Amino acid sequence: MEKKEHIISILVHNKPDVLARIAGTLGGKGYNIESLSVNTTTSYEISKIVMTSIGNQATITRIENQLRKIVDVTQVDDLTNVESIHREMILVKMALTEETKDKIENLIDTHKWKVIVSTNSYHILEITGDKPQIDFALARLEPLGIADITRTGIVALKLDD
Amino acid sequence: MKLKGTEILLKMLEEEEVDIIFGYPGGTVLDIYDKLYNSSKLKHILVRHEQGAVHAADGYARATGKVGVCLVTSGPGATNTVTGIATANMDSIPLVVFTGQVPTTLIGNDAFQECDITGITRPCSKHNFLVRNIEDLASTIKEAFHIARTGRPGPVLVDLPKNVMASETDFDPANIQIRNIETAHKPVPKKMSKVFEMILSAKKPLIMTGGGVILGKASSELTELARKYQIPVTGTLMGIGSFPGTDPLWLGMLGMHGTYYANMAVSHCDLLIAVGVRFDDRVTGTIETFAPNAQIIQIDIDPSSINKNVVVDLPIIGETKTTLEDMIKFLTEHNYAQQADERKEWLNQIAEWREKVPLTYSQNGQLIKPQHVIETLYKVTKGNVIITTEVGQNQMWTAQFFPFDKPNTLITSGGLGTMGYGLPAAIGVKCAFPDKHVVDIAGDGSIQMNIQELATAAQYKINVKIVLLNNSYLGMVRQWQELFYDKRYSNTDMTYAPDFVKLAEAYGIAGLRAEKPEEVEPTLIEGLALDKPVLMDFRISREECVYPMVGPGSSIMDMKLGTREMIN
Repeated sequence: MEKKEHIISILVHNKPDVLARIAGTLGGKGYNIESLSVNTTTSYEISKIVMTSIGNQATITRIENQLRKIVDVTQVDDLTNVESIHREMILVKMALTEETKDKIENLIDTHKWKVIVSTNSYHILEITGDKPQIDFALARLEPLGIADITRTGIVALKLDD
Repeated sequence: MKLKGTEILLKMLEEEEVDIIFGYPGGTVLDIYDKLYNSSKLKHILVRHEQGAVHAADGYARATGKVGVCLVTSGPGATNTVTGIATANMDSIPLVVFTGQVPTTLIGNDAFQECDITGITRPCSKHNFLVRNIEDLASTIKEAFHIARTGRPGPVLVDLPKNVMASETDFDPANIQIRNIETAHKPVPKKMSKVFEMILSAKKPLIMTGGGVILGKASSELTELARKYQIPVTGTLMGIGSFPGTDPLWLGMLGMHGTYYANMAVSHCDLLIAVGVRFDDRVTGTIETFAPNAQIIQIDIDPSSINKNVVVDLPIIGETKTTLEDMIKFLTEHNYAQQADERKEWLNQIAEWREKVPLTYSQNGQLIKPQHVIETLYKVTKGNVIITTEVGQNQMWTAQFFPFDKPNTLITSGGLGTMGYGLPAAIGVKCAFPDKHVVDIAGDGSIQMNIQELATAAQYKINVKIVLLNNSYLGMVRQWQELFYDKRYSNTDMTYAPDFVKLAEAYGIAGLRAEKPEEVEPTLIEGLALDKPVLMDFRISREECVYPMVGPGSSIMDMKLGTREMIN
């Protein structure tokens, strides 16, 4: 069976140790979490966790079954096999030198990237997109010298219920 | 009504109809123990080690089907419960373990006897709670019992900080809300017609019964299905007792120490109906060679047990009892009748295997054979007894040579294989069934891991009987060393041990010894008749092995049969 990245959306009761339960259950059974995003939903009582893991369908089904066993988990959906949209965000600090300043600003103009902090010595960019879009941006920015970066986990939403 | 946390705990235990708790006091639970001092409804058994408390509660739960309850203090009291909790977790036994905790204001400060017991037990319990607010106490306790006993059961730990238990809140037992947690899965009718098709086309069907049948109280349904349609039955260690051990359709346990005919049957069957099992590696041998010719139906309440080890053809997620009921109903309504000739051929084939290599041992010379002790125990009790075991050879010989006709009568640590389980578990069972014989079939290595519980039995006159199969070895490990490590008996000789008869007497219980085969029966009769706890020290043939044995990493067809020739 083909191994690929699956995006799993999990609704949980917002308890202090729910993330530890999920990470512990999967880690203890040898499953890896590639990307993770956690926050409360419209209800403070319920949090949504979006995680990705790489595996074939049988492995992903085992992961889902293990997740469903956790008492504080109320719902588990694999968004990979349904129509869904995915986004990540990066904040990137680009150091500006005489050689790179123009190139960086050209890139920003071309791709309409958002500059959220701008000083004489650096720009901080905020870029959102799906994984290929983020990877595309990074491929262009990296040669110009990334001073610092932070990248969120994937968030995802399915289109139709 | 304003009540203190300690009072709410006791009220909630009453609400949950708890009549006995096994525990050990300490600093953070002093207030709770102070309330217990005046409680007439709750019986508290003071064990001698917290591990013993959990195993006793576990034995009580396995024998009664009810939730077992423990109470211990924080820190080392809590960490001493971990092996017991993991034992219950592996075998899906419902427990609620209450641990004391340092006051919430000190949590995280490395206070005296502080430990993060919810963190420690997270991977080995079904669920756990740290009660941070007195307002959550009643609902948390209610939820803990609910989680422990519903769905696939398991142990739940509730950590109780001292200051929370000392504070007050309004308490109204009629108005405690909990979350709806377990969802019942109903097998869809389509699956029943598929089951029907599979059974209809099967020439060599076999039922494999497991602990889920006992936990799901589905023994009578399983027995009806097997008998009505003449389907032979094998079982896992945890499934023993779910089908009558004296029924001709019973093939005994399968797997590493399974009977020859059970392992042959599972390897040759064309349909395997697996009920409440999880295909442990001790059962399957190498996965590729397990039931190679069979279509497999697996019935289990836990979706994570399906396709975990063995990939099955038809998974049915549901309670074992209702699913088997549905199955019998569907087969009856559709007038299923087995092909009598074909079934006869299959049963004859199994009978041939049984005749060729029966479960047996050689009784020669002046040495007591452990199998003979177990057979004699069956003879003198007529099987009317609840047995606990320790772990190792004693456990496997019991599973092989004592026919269990009823569920909840073999109480043994299957999944975790916890040495030291049998004695405290027997104490728990005997508390639930004071009028029944409760016997711990023990080994000399294993029983020494919780030997201190003899004091508990003596103090409360809990008249458990210990049948000690004493070979002065860690017998199962020695057996592996004999068979797979060139008889290099590294650290398995236990000759340096106490005189168990004197030890029993030192604890204030009776000690008996048998050294010759002809002493076995009189010793058992005398020991069972005494109105006190008894330790019977049977000095058995030292290097007796458990056979059949499937070597590690082998097919279960590939059995070592001891002195008999290898067959296949």
